Amino acid sequence: MNVPRIKNEEYKRKTVVRNTGVLLAFSVLLILSFVVSMNTGYSKLSPMDTLRTLFGGGTVKEELILFGFRLPRIVISMLIGAGLALSGCIIQGVTRNPLADPGLLGINAGAGLIVILFVLFFGAQSFLSVFTLPFLALLGAGAAALAIYALAYKRQSGIAPLRLILTGVAVQAGVSALTTVLVVKLDEMQFDFVASWQAGSIWGSNWRFVLALLPWLLVLVPYVLTKARALDVLSLGDDIACGLGASVERERRRLLIAAVALAASCVAVSGSISFVGLIAPHLARRLVGPRHRVLLPACALAGAVLVSVSDTVARVIIQPSELPTGIMVAIIGAPYFLYLLIKSRQ
Amino acid sequence: MTKHINEPARPVQEIQTGERESRAWAAWLIIVLGLGLLVLAMAFSITKGAAEIPLKTVWDALFHFNPEDTHHLIIMDLRLPRVVASALVGAAFAVAGAVMQGVTRNPMADSGLMGLNAGAGFVLSICFAFFPGLSYIQLILFSFLGSAMGAGLTYGIASLRRGGATPMRLVLAGAAVGALLAALSQGIALYFDVAQSIMFWTAGGVAASSWAQLRIMAPWIAAALLGAVVLSRSVSVMSLGDDVAKGLGLNTMLVKALCAAVVLMLAGASVAVVGAVGFVGLIVPHLARFLVGVDYRWIIPSSAVLGSLLVVLADLGARTLNPPFETPLGAVIALVGVPFFLYLARRERRVL
Repeated sequence: MNVPRIKNEEYKRKTVVRNTGVLLAFSVLLILSFVVSMNTGYSKLSPMDTLRTLFGGGTVKEELILFGFRLPRIVISMLIGAGLALSGCIIQGVTRNPLADPGLLGINAGAGLIVILFVLFFGAQSFLSVFTLPFLALLGAGAAALAIYALAYKRQSGIAPLRLILTGVAVQAGVSALTTVLVVKLDEMQFDFVASWQAGSIWGSNWRFVLALLPWLLVLVPYVLTKARALDVLSLGDDIACGLGASVERERRRLLIAAVALAASCVAVSGSISFVGLIAPHLARRLVGPRHRVLLPACALAGAVLVSVSDTVARVIIQPSELPTGIMVAIIGAPYFLYLLIKSRQ
Repeated sequence: MTKHINEPARPVQEIQTGERESRAWAAWLIIVLGLGLLVLAMAFSITKGAAEIPLKTVWDALFHFNPEDTHHLIIMDLRLPRVVASALVGAAFAVAGAVMQGVTRNPMADSGLMGLNAGAGFVLSICFAFFPGLSYIQLILFSFLGSAMGAGLTYGIASLRRGGATPMRLVLAGAAVGALLAALSQGIALYFDVAQSIMFWTAGGVAASSWAQLRIMAPWIAAALLGAVVLSRSVSVMSLGDDVAKGLGLNTMLVKALCAAVVLMLAGASVAVVGAVGFVGLIVPHLARFLVGVDYRWIIPSSAVLGSLLVVLADLGARTLNPPFETPLGAVIALVGVPFFLYLARRERRVL
């Protein structure tokens, strides 16, 4: 937006240096949070114990704690953070609305409704829940997204961003209304389960979920990264994008499908953590600027750092109990974002 | 008016500049007809409930009140305050939403975006967790204070930077402050195990309205509604964008601050009494804009009337859908509003 007053060449060089710096800083933070997170938790393991266990010298109990509980959870939280952040970045780019997040595509609402229905019929402690629930949540998220797409689609104009936003808001509100009606019927235990799901407790922390989530991300993340140019063009607006020769409708459809798949697979295992998808793109944009070639990776890293740090804090802050990660994400992410908002010029 | 909307193969434009004219006659029609309908709906709503009361008794209760008659007591103590509260709250949310959408130029904006609902929720969760013995009126006051705090934080942070609260900054600050306060209240609620009682409070309802509440809330809402009508001209100018508004000689800083105050009074008072039924604030302005065009001098009064009507009818539905239980008001509003809103979204008109 702002025309730089510095000479072009120098400006370019400075941008490259700054962007590399930001990406490096996020990577270092990510590694740091990985290390710290490995050493924190309810059971005390000294850093030496952790190191020893990591290289195969630990007792059975230590191995269980590290490989059975902590590592999968750390990995999951990073994957979720990256996935949701990328998804949010795509949606904000495509709709050109700063308030858009994966929830706009009905993902959280759809998954939430299914979770409530499931809990209502089978109970919160059901043996089935651990493995069926993510799958059902995925279906619910997909169905809601599909409904929004179908309702916002018109033959002659495809998916206009504004129509997508309005439809998304409406479907989200409708599904949440149904949810409210159902929530009133829950007993206390069921309500607690649903409340903590909605607050985003990463409960699917187990290698199987890592394995279930990983293929999605391995396919989708590189795909999205190759679409950086298309996103740049789309975020200029339909008319300009069209004038620049982009096949607007097709690119938009592909990107939206990728965004839905990313967010839905993450929400299925994490519960409703929508704030990452809203805030990580803004954080990244304020640090590296609006060009998606840098923005997308920065966004993924920011999301991963945010969720993994939040998850670590959420696990230790009220021991022996723990806070849903989604809450911690907002408590840590929002102040930092507000700080950036006050500080940055644009 | 409808001629060029259905033209096939016309590229979608977000802003159809050909739609600038407003329809004053439509606005007058809505206001006059809507007020008539509102009175009818309120009267009808008073007759419905656990005890069916004929319309004539309602009339008598209003104008020849007899404290010996149970029906008269039901009407005066339970039903009348409830409909009046519904009408006020509906108008308040709708007008607050209209002002927010006009000033921020974002079709997703409503009063929740000023951090009002989240602020109220935050203070409520603290009240429920630490001071469980508070009376109803005290809770309402605290809830209003919470809204004010949320709005103050949002507006303060948005205008800290030189250049003041640009719409973009306001929207982003609102989203972040809202998320932060909501997260804190969720955390408190889960930790102190008060989530369910808060949920019942915030799900929204006018069931427990009393004259005492109305006496606190009505003057604020009435004053703020008047304020919104006075500001409506400036809101129209603001909706053209900050730069244009400044170019036209509008003191945008002042208008934004006044608008924020109006929204706080309207939505803060309403949220305190009925909880978050925010969807009214989102859909009614879109509906009004669809009917009367883009001039906020017409949108704001029409929104007030339509919002009242919607909430009065929705409350009637909430009481009669599943007797003797009450369906949450917010849910009924969404069930009525969503299909209609989807229809609006498919019609391509200028939406801001």
